[in-house]
Amino acid sequence: MKKLALLFAMAVIIISCGNDDDAQPEVLGCTDATSINYNPSATIDDGSCVYNKNITFNFSQNWDGQSVSVADFNNTLYTNEFGNKLNISKLRYLISRISLKRADGTTVDFEEYNLIDVEDSTTVFLAPAMMATTGDYTGISFIYGFNEEDNISGEYPDLNAANWNWPDMLGGGYHFLQMEGSYDDVNNMPQPYAYHNGTARVSEGVFEQTYITFNFNQNFTITEDANIEIKMNIAEWYKNPYTWDLNDLDTDLMMNYEAQMHMYENGPTVFSIGSITQ
Amino acid sequence: MKKWSENITRTCIVGLAIGFMAACSSNDSDPVEPIGENEEYIPTPKALTIPPIFQQLLPPPYIPADNPQTVEGVALGRKLFYDPILSGDGTQACASCHQPANSFSDSRKLSIGIDGFEGIRNSMPIYNMAWNTNEKFFWDGRAVGLELQSLDPVTNPVEMHNTWENAVASLQGDTAYPELYLKAFGTSIITKELTAKAIAQFERTFISANSPFDRYLMGENTLTQQEINGFAIFMDEARGDCFHCHGNEFNPLWTDNAFHNNGLDAIITDKGLGNVSGDPNDDGKFKSPSLRNLAYTAPYMHDGRFATLDDVINHYSEGLVYSRTIDPLMKAVSRGGVQLTESDKSDLKAFLLSLSDSSFITNPDLQDPN
Repeated sequence: MKKLALLFAMAVIIISCGNDDDAQPEVLGCTDATSINYNPSATIDDGSCVYNKNITFNFSQNWDGQSVSVADFNNTLYTNEFGNKLNISKLRYLISRISLKRADGTTVDFEEYNLIDVEDSTTVFLAPAMMATTGDYTGISFIYGFNEEDNISGEYPDLNAANWNWPDMLGGGYHFLQMEGSYDDVNNMPQPYAYHNGTARVSEGVFEQTYITFNFNQNFTITEDANIEIKMNIAEWYKNPYTWDLNDLDTDLMMNYEAQMHMYENGPTVFSIGSITQ
Repeated sequence: MKKWSENITRTCIVGLAIGFMAACSSNDSDPVEPIGENEEYIPTPKALTIPPIFQQLLPPPYIPADNPQTVEGVALGRKLFYDPILSGDGTQACASCHQPANSFSDSRKLSIGIDGFEGIRNSMPIYNMAWNTNEKFFWDGRAVGLELQSLDPVTNPVEMHNTWENAVASLQGDTAYPELYLKAFGTSIITKELTAKAIAQFERTFISANSPFDRYLMGENTLTQQEINGFAIFMDEARGDCFHCHGNEFNPLWTDNAFHNNGLDAIITDKGLGNVSGDPNDDGKFKSPSLRNLAYTAPYMHDGRFATLDDVINHYSEGLVYSRTIDPLMKAVSRGGVQLTESDKSDLKAFLLSLSDSSFITNPDLQDPN
């Protein structure tokens, strides 16, 4: 982009030098004063105008393609890969460092993190302060949870007030996921599960990171304010590669290293990019 | 990393500041004391004093835009809170069931109204109200906002059993109140809304953040080994697992402000949140109370069924019973709970008591001014 601008500038100089006597030199550039690269001396619009657009992220949940909303909580029965029958009564998760990759290789790095609580409709979308420029993009990336640099105990007042903290004795910082509900055990009796994910404790004072970086290669063009859907397939938490049996792992999972690592293994297929509308 | 609402908050604060400045420049213009509404009049702003530990760890306090904290508003609210004038027969004040020595709760299991009848819920303690993040008040969350909450007990037939029409008439006919409303709100025409606003302003000044554990976190105090052990049990998912609903060292509210069925009854008789939402999946859910000031707030639970803290710990350890809406965080329910050892229980209790703030219940600014 910069090189292009330089070329234009040189062209303008050359043209203007070479055509001293002309009353109205022809200058190519963006002639729209509302664009972010408006060139006041341009006389001919060359289609290079770039604009800032608002991006909204929409966080949706599904169970192998079947939409999951708060209306399903406690009511809808799901069967996981292993065959456990379960319902969901709570689902909260953290997404951070969302970034859009432009075709020229530069990125739009949004500063906000978002704690999605499916029961709170105000949290299932994120409207970052930063805007994205119009043009071609080739990818979307984000982090499920916080990376090590961001995952600092007590650092975020809104997450503290949301009681989202992960115990310091387990590595501290914050939860990445809280998924809770009830499943039917081998005797068909309802039992609780609390599928909570965060930093894994290997042994006293030794911890392993379990955040997951998602990079999706996807070509799209931003022309207007855009809405980008980030989808969570809840069923994937129970499979690919580890087939999860709630009879073995239902509660007390936070300090269970194996359980945390199974979540980490299953996580990479959980998220995908849905519709991009504008 | 930041939360997108931060920008909005900042804009609001700037807006407020400009509002205050504009107000300051115009409030000495009219020497004549008005009786009706005077839009020129601005009472003296008085921001809440935010404890450093809250400043550091929590979002800013929530103050409704239409009810800013003022010196005169808080003073009026304080007088009202302690004045039996609001009750049907002039015998009962807010403070009758929300006593300072009990962290503004009642030592009775169920409070008794002016007609001698018991209510159905234990009186909730009052503190840190501006950090009730979801703005849902009462054990069942039926009031949204502290102003609306404070309207309820006045007309509740088993509490102050009055009508607002009558309460307002009593206040209007009083020798002192019209003048106090004039100072607080620029009008001496008393309404129930202004009354609720004044009480809410006073209640927002009930800030408790000076317990031994708070001072320990601020590096000003040490804890006993037993208290430290108790905190580890509190934070251990396989033992206390208290932190999922009741805060942690980075959430000094010691509550999630949310609603849970904590396994008290096999058959739900008081639906709690379920009565408010109409959703049977909410039956038996009640607000998680903060664990601050437990030394002063006995008895415990929404119906005051547990006389002691030992009873409460025993409940979670071995007394849990199943019902359809029981919270998944209640574990090993078929055995009644996780079966804490006796030493774990006494350590946990010692820690819980370290969250009690004696300077709060004796705070001179919160006592009866009358």
